[in-house]
Amino acid sequence: MTVSSLCSACGFVPVALPDGGREVHGCYIGDLLSWVMGRAKADEAWITIMSNINIVAVASLTDVACIILAEGVAVDDKIKSTAELKGVNILMSDKAAYETASAISTLV
Amino acid sequence: MSESLTFHYDVDGEDFTSAGQASVQVKKNLRRLGIPPEIIRQVSIAMYEGEINMVIHAGGGDADVIVSEDRIEIILADHGPGIADIELAMQEGYSTAPDSVRSLGFGAGMGLPNMKRYTDEMTIDSKVGEGTTIKMTVKL
Repeated sequence: MTVSSLCSACGFVPVALPDGGREVHGCYIGDLLSWVMGRAKADEAWITIMSNINIVAVASLTDVACIILAEGVAVDDKIKSTAELKGVNILMSDKAAYETASAISTLV
Repeated sequence: MSESLTFHYDVDGEDFTSAGQASVQVKKNLRRLGIPPEIIRQVSIAMYEGEINMVIHAGGGDADVIVSEDRIEIILADHGPGIADIELAMQEGYSTAPDSVRSLGFGAGMGLPNMKRYTDEMTIDSKVGEGTTIKMTVKL
């Protein structure tokens, strides 16, 4: 399923969607950035509550399909514009990480 | 490719939020050279971890990436405080990062282990009070 379709199907908010046609396969949940870089795989959806600018670089380098911010976490405009520039998709879910992962589990 | 290509980057030690610029640039350059995506991922994550370490602990440093026919070498050199016990620093979960860095999601003690995880060879040359040089190799 594509990131755009996942966003619509689960009722997530598109925060930055520069590459919405990208396919998502699998999911990783984590907030410690080096842990994410060590464990997350390319093309996964990365669910986190971490919302500082470094998440964009981590997502780009780890090559995940998208970041899903859980718990309704908001990011500032600089993060949105950096994500657009670097081709990093960011969605926002108002649910907790577990519920967010449950919602996408049969779709990705 | 018969001759090697070298990319040099100055890692700014002042601005934590811009850390990763060198790694992102390396990723772009390697993509242009047609390097396979999984190799690019390994190199750019290893380099980003090194970059973050230089920003957290050493006030920045120099990064060189050398691309040759059969390998990519990453050399990170700083003039920071050095690593007193390299074996301890290599253990997952061991960290000397300050709380300010941990609150940003770093400092989990996974940086050096990740650098080793994603490279085929890694050597650390460090002297307390003088600095650290890390060489990593990813085979193509």
